[in-house]
Parts: sequence; C-alpha cells; structure tokens
Amino acid sequence: MIEFWFVLIAFLWTGYFVLEGFDFGVGLLAPLIARDPNEQRQSLQTIGPVWDGNEVWVITAVGAMFAAFPAWYAGLFSAFYLPVTLILVGLIVRGVGLEWRGKVNNPLWCDLGIVVGSALPAFLWGSIFADLVFDSPVAALLGGAFALSVFTLHGAVFLALRTTGAVRDRARVAALVASGVAVPVAAVALTRFGTPPALAALAALAGAAALIWRRREGWAFAATAGAIVLATLAVFVELRGAPLPGLTLAEAASGPYTLKMMTWIGLLTLPFVLVYQGWTYWVFRRRVTPVAA
Amino acid sequence: MDALDLARWQFGVTTVYHFLFVPLTIGLGVFVAGLQTAWHRTGKDQYLKLTKFFGKLFLINFAMGVVTGLVQEFQFGMNWSEYSTFVGDVFGAPLAMEALLAFFMESTFLGLWIFGWDRLPKKAHLACIWAAAIGSNISAYFILAANAWMKHPVGYQVVDGRARMTDLWAVLTNSTALAQVPHVVAAAFIVAGGFVLAVCGFWLLKTRDGMWRSAARGALVMTALAGALVGLTGDMSAKLMYEQQPMKLASAEGLAHDTAGAGFSVVPGVEIPKVLSFLATNDPGATVQGVEDLQKRFEQQFGPGDYRPDQTIVFWSFRLMIGFGLVTAGLSVLGLWLTRRRRELPGWLSRLFLLALPLPLLAVTAGWLLSEIGRQPWTVAGELLTASSVSPGVSLAEVATSLTIFTLLYGALAVAEVVIMTRHVRKGVEEPDQAPASERLEPSLTY
Repeated sequence: MIEFWFVLIAFLWTGYFVLEGFDFGVGLLAPLIARDPNEQRQSLQTIGPVWDGNEVWVITAVGAMFAAFPAWYAGLFSAFYLPVTLILVGLIVRGVGLEWRGKVNNPLWCDLGIVVGSALPAFLWGSIFADLVFDSPVAALLGGAFALSVFTLHGAVFLALRTTGAVRDRARVAALVASGVAVPVAAVALTRFGTPPALAALAALAGAAALIWRRREGWAFAATAGAIVLATLAVFVELRGAPLPGLTLAEAASGPYTLKMMTWIGLLTLPFVLVYQGWTYWVFRRRVTPVAA
Repeated sequence: MDALDLARWQFGVTTVYHFLFVPLTIGLGVFVAGLQTAWHRTGKDQYLKLTKFFGKLFLINFAMGVVTGLVQEFQFGMNWSEYSTFVGDVFGAPLAMEALLAFFMESTFLGLWIFGWDRLPKKAHLACIWAAAIGSNISAYFILAANAWMKHPVGYQVVDGRARMTDLWAVLTNSTALAQVPHVVAAAFIVAGGFVLAVCGFWLLKTRDGMWRSAARGALVMTALAGALVGLTGDMSAKLMYEQQPMKLASAEGLAHDTAGAGFSVVPGVEIPKVLSFLATNDPGATVQGVEDLQKRFEQQFGPGDYRPDQTIVFWSFRLMIGFGLVTAGLSVLGLWLTRRRRELPGWLSRLFLLALPLPLLAVTAGWLLSEIGRQPWTVAGELLTASSVSPGVSLAEVATSLTIFTLLYGALAVAEVVIMTRHVRKGVEEPDQAPASERLEPSLTY
C-alpha cells in the first residue's frame, strides 16, 4: 500500500510536469514569439482553457503527499522554504496575470507576471528535485536549467501544434532554438543519473528536436511529453528508498487505514478527472487561428 | 518575537486575506449560474447581459481565490511541519479529497465555461458553470471538515506521537463540521449577495433600468435566506461550543467564573439575564463554565500553562461578527419589504446597499478571528499546542522573509483587484450586438 501511494504521487507529479510544463513554456515564450497584441492573445489562448486545471495537479500531488506521507510533505516544504516561497510568488503572479490580462487597459504588468511566474517555478521545481536526489548546489542549478529549458521546448512544441499562421512558424523556430539548449543541458543532467529512464528521456528529447525539424508537431509533442515523463520517473526511482535524507517511506507514511480509504477515493475519482480533463482538450482541439485585426 | 509568532502572523494574514475572495467565489458562482439559467428559461436578453457582467466580476475575483489558496496548501508543510507530521494522517485526507473531488471539477469546468460560449451546446455550457459553482461549494465542505477536526478531533487515535485516523466517516460527519459547513457557506452567500446588492445599488443610483432591480431582488432573496441559515447554524455552533470548546465560549462571553443562569453581555456592562445559558443549552438555568475555572481545570488535566485565548480579540470579534451579520441580513429583509409587489426601490436604499459590500466581509473576518484565535493555545484541541506545531528547522529570518514577501505582494494585488473590479463595475453591462458570438464574447471574458 505504501509503494502504491508512492507510485500514485509520482504519477501526480508527472502529470503536473507534463501538463503545466507546456503552460510554463507557452507563458514565457508568448511575448517573444508574438509580434503584436493579437498574436500574444492567440498564443495565450492555447493554454487559456486548461492551465488552471493543469495547476490542480500540483495541488493534488501535494495534498496526496500530506495525506499519505505527512512526514515527507512536512520535511520537504520546510526544508526548501525559500524556493517554495518563490514558487508560490511565481504561481500567484502568473495566475492573476493570465486571468486579468484581458480585463485591464495595459496588460504589460500581467505579461510580466506571466513570464516571471512561468520561468521561476519551472526553474525552481527542477532545482528542488535535483537537490533532493544529489544534494549539491551544482546539481540544483543544473536541475533548474534542465527543467526550464525542457519546459520551454515543450511549450514551444505545444504552441506550434496548437496554432496556425505566423505564430506557428515562429514557435517552431523557438522550439529548435530551445532544443539547442535543452539537449546539451539534458545530456549533462541526465547522465548523472545514468539510469535507463534518464537515458531514455535524453533520447526522447533528441528525437523531439529531429521531429520538430521535420515539422511533425504532434509526434514532437509526444516526444517532449515522453521525455518529461521519463525524467520524472528517473527522479522518483532515486527517491523510492529515501524520499528525504534519513527518512524512509515507511516512516513517512500514514497508517494502513488512511491509505486504504484514500486508495478507494483515489480509484473512484481519478478516472472521472482524467475523463473530463481529457474532454476539455477534445473540446478545444482545433488550432487557435490568428485573431482578425 | 520568534519564528512561532511570525508563523502565526503569516497564517493569520494569508488566511484572512484568502477568505476575502473565497466567499465571493462560493456565492457568486451560484448566482451567475442562476442568472444563466434564468436566461435559458426566459430567453430574456437582460439575463444574458447580467450573466456576462457578473461572470466577469466573478472571474476577476476567482483568480485571487485560487492563487491565495495555493499558499494555504503549502503553508502547513513550510511553517507547521510538526503539526503536519502529527495530523497528516487525518487532516491530509480531506485536503487531498478537496483537490480530487472539488478543485479539478471547479477549474476544469470553469475553463470550459469561459472559453466554451460558442463551442459547446447551450445546455452543456450551462452545466459547466453549475459544475464549477458546485465544485467551489464541495471544496468548502472538505476544508471546513479539516478545520473542524482541529477544534473537535474525532475518529482518530494517537499512536507513537502521531494522530492515526480510525474512522474517516466520523471525520467527515464531525458534528462540529456539520454545523460549521452550512454556517460558513451561508455566510459566503451573504457576502456574495451583499456584493451584488452593492453593485446594483451603484447602478440604481444612475439609472432606472429594470435589469438592476431584477438582479437586486435576486440578491435580496439570496441574502435573506442565507441570513436565516447563518443565524440557525450559528445557534447550533454555539450549543456545540458549549460542549466541545467551553473555553472559547467563555472567552467570547467574557465569563470569568462558572455561572448558573448566565446572562448574555451585549457589550461590557449591558447584560441580558439568563440568555447565554439559554443559547448554549436551551435551559435558562444551566451552568456555563467560566474562563478562570476552566483554566484551573485545564492545568490539572494538561499540566501548567496558560490555556486562555486572547480575551479581548475573542470577545469583540464575536460581537462584531454577529453585529455586522445582523445589519446585513436586516438590510436584505428591509429591501425585500420595500420592493414587495414590484414597488420602486427608494434612492436612499440604493445608497445603503453600498454598505452590503464591506459589512459581510467584516463579519466573516471577525468570525474567523473568533474561531481560530478562540482555539488557542491549541492547534488540535487537547492534543497539540500551537507552540509545538511550528517547524523546528525554519529560522526567524526565513519566516520573516516569506511573511514580508506575501504581505507586500498581497497588498499590491488587493489594490490591483479593487482597481480592476471598480473599472468593470463602472463599465456596466455590454450590449449584445450583431457580431457573431465568438467575436462578441471572447474579448470580454477571455484574453
């Protein structure tokens, strides 16, 4: 049961990084890719209906950690106090930026919030998990650079996949540039793990670069998503023995009764969540076209 | 001043601030869903215009509720790691359930509603706003069940220094939660009703458009019904407080010693005989325990220490909560009476409606101060002291940094929210024109 909950929490974090990963990428690329306010809106509309739902994955992941591994939850967030504070600041300014930008006269502040609020959490989540695994400042920096560059690539590919016109073309160029950074960074970061999922993640990233070059946007997105899944998997494989230094999963875990109850609730509700979130993506499956001037 | 004090300040500041936006989300979501339903039923243009107008205000506010809620989710682990480790087994479960059962539903269907005006069938689109509104209300249930457990812990056993859940059903049907959930949710509907009244009052001072009168009537009904429910559940809560949290009740009443046939002090010096005993037990002669006697009993039970919450804050927040709540509810009843059988709304009443915005917000804030400061010195009543709940490894400098950052950021965002909100209230409803739905709607509701 303890292992099951560890896997479930790994699944929730994976879902979060895959989904919010492209939100972060689109958020920080939108002002670079867009040449005018209409293109900016077009870019952000690709994530508009879904970003908030994507963010709930982290709330659920953290809530599940609290319920299933209280000592892990408590130890992790009190240990990474300032990075978590900055992540929260980032998510706050990004959230209000996205919701408010269409409702103010001059969205400059909102756009700044979206960029900072996308880049900061992307970097910091990467460095927190890298630090957790390797316990070194260099690894933390590298992990941050890895997450930031990979999410940027993931977002660029998503933007190319979900738009038409000039934005789509420029997103492809941005994806190529981003992969020029992400692949070398990943090569350094992931070989430190040296495990099969880490190396497979590296291969998936290289594949994504090739696929976006050949304008296979759908496959390229599958490749970046796969790379994020594999990299997250690599992290959680390392953490399974000790999610925090000196703490085992069994010590961190809630009692069998709580885990059993939460399992039932999770198994009964999560399929519905997946179905209706999936439905949202289906409803908004059409590419976002440029807004008529 | 140590890390504990600052951690408490941080919790107080971020939670009170969070709860300025949450009640509006809870109540206004249902109100907007009601307006859209009225539009579907009657086909009247005015309901569509009102749906869009209040929908926009709802979204401006919703964003703030979401982002300030994020802080809450992490804060327990950051500042209160001892608490989190002790209670996670019990307290974490409703939090995880809130995310799984409520937040996903709320955020996903709200996204569909915002962007789905011309992409979804009309009925499916209406269902989306209802799903989002119901999601907010479900989330209130779970978080309040978790909160109620802190004041009246049930369905658990302490094993090896950690609370272990033994009965989830007992946690979810805690009598404290069953009284508190309707009390807080009804209060949220008063906040939302008051907000709508204030907006309508502002517009009715400028125009005689019947649309604003319809909206105000709806809000009056909502506020009056919620007011009745708040009173009823408040009474239930007081009776439970008598049994479960006697120290809070005694402090709220400034009752020093155990008293038979205790009176209710309206303000210090003005006392109605026997009313406190009656309110607490339905028996005017019953004995209500007093602060100093309880302190002695707690010392015997738990060892030396001060078990009294801050007497001034608890006493006055109780009165302010009731006072501000009663005035708002009274205003709604007065409004309903004066507008009976389609009577014109007098101008002075429209002006009074403007008060319906701040008063309920003050009432809910006072209510939370009563509820949570009255719980001190415990985080989990009888089990864990607040002083033992704080993160041992977090330094004063760290808490000071995050407290400063959040306070400054929250201050700036409050200004921004008020400016944006005011601007959209002043702009008023937008006339539906001949353009296709997508072009007409997307710029206003989306990006």
